[in-house]
Amino acid sequence: MTAPISAPDGDKATNVGPPLWLLAELTYRCPLQCPYCSNPLDFAQTQQELSTEDWVKVLRQGRDMGAAQLGFSGGEPLVRSDLQELIAEARHLGYYSNLITSGLGLTESKVEAFASAGLDHIQVSFQASDPELNNAVAGSRKAFEQKLAMARAVKEAGYPMVLNFVIHRHNIHQMTDIMVLCDRLGADYVELATCQYYGWAFKNREGLMPSRRQLEKAEREVNEYRARQAEAGSEMKLIFVTPDYYEERPKACMNGWGNLFLTVAPDGTALPCHSARLLPIDFPNVRDKGLKQIWYDSPGFNHYRGDRWMPEPCRSCDEKDKDFGGCRCQAFLLTGNADNADPVCSKSAHHDRILAARQAADHATAGIEELTYRNTGNSRMFFRG
Amino acid sequence: MANVAPVGETAGSIPRLRRGFRFQWEPVQNGYVLLYPEGMVKLNESAGAILREVDGQRTVQDIVCALERAFPEAGPLAGDVNEFLQHAREQHWIDFS
Repeated sequence: MTAPISAPDGDKATNVGPPLWLLAELTYRCPLQCPYCSNPLDFAQTQQELSTEDWVKVLRQGRDMGAAQLGFSGGEPLVRSDLQELIAEARHLGYYSNLITSGLGLTESKVEAFASAGLDHIQVSFQASDPELNNAVAGSRKAFEQKLAMARAVKEAGYPMVLNFVIHRHNIHQMTDIMVLCDRLGADYVELATCQYYGWAFKNREGLMPSRRQLEKAEREVNEYRARQAEAGSEMKLIFVTPDYYEERPKACMNGWGNLFLTVAPDGTALPCHSARLLPIDFPNVRDKGLKQIWYDSPGFNHYRGDRWMPEPCRSCDEKDKDFGGCRCQAFLLTGNADNADPVCSKSAHHDRILAARQAADHATAGIEELTYRNTGNSRMFFRG
Repeated sequence: MANVAPVGETAGSIPRLRRGFRFQWEPVQNGYVLLYPEGMVKLNESAGAILREVDGQRTVQDIVCALERAFPEAGPLAGDVNEFLQHAREQHWIDFS
């Protein structure tokens, strides 16, 4: 699996390659309230965001270790007033930088200024293909028009246009409309990402998860649209991420724990993925330790490397090098023990939890208004207890 | 996709990286990579050598000549270069003008 071409200096752990992907979650603040947000439920507890100097240090250390892809994400990264400075630093260091944004708080002049500072790509997220549903999901009345305007501004400024739609039971019927909208906007890449159930999405899973019938219809629509595209010679690339809850084998989560991805949360906590802080594991903070030490030597990052930690059925499974036992967060959320096989796997003793979720999705009736929206008020409930 | 080679048949066409793609040397990986929105391809030695010549100015013919000069022991390279550039176009990494 990991085959680092040349081990970087100071790499004491064997077979651990460099973190090629660095995700900088600049803030948990966000003007939207999407009920499937992957941020932690208790995000409002996070007080102290890293300073500009802290982030510059993180970017430098990451680049020295070999990180080449950099994501600026959040929350909404645009609420950080130092974003342009960080973009310029990233470009100077040689990162390929991606801004993952809701588009709220973006302006045409910022789009231009970020391009001059060296930003490579802006991904704008949408919640639906029409303003009513979009704004209902986002919990914001003006979101849709702003997103349209910013998607156009991104294209005009010469960036590749990447649009992201999180798909769930309340917008999955819009699949064709969504693809038509993207075509009309001139998108280069479209991510139709079926909701993954972590953070707020796990809390709201019953109200979000599509039924198998909905999913199959959506898949047909995507395939039909692709056929139409091929005929028309359209170059828009559609990436449809299907939900693992309908699979019998788990996903190779993050391409392996501590293998390629390094996330730094707003308060400086370093994580192997953006949802890992829900695990009962101590993760280091970039305020206390250098990134190299964190990546190669910290117990948190070494916790699920390799396969010695695996219990059955993973331990003796001939597919363990392919999927690494699936997702640790999903194992923890669904079984209470992160060492277990991801219950998506039909070999897991807890696969019945997945089957139950599928069954619930066939009978769910809750409306959007019944979902728990991601906002500071709701978040406080999760740490006040 | 057509079977007939659509690129390279005009040695005068000019390949260039598509918008949003960046080609660069990565010391830690000891090789060239191609970076694009949320993705990265590690290039092998010959792919790196070819893409290094793709600057949006030079024609396929120029690139073949430059590579044949740089690697005289490799013999004629037009076939390899065309094959790779076609692959690169199919992958949406480059287009031609």
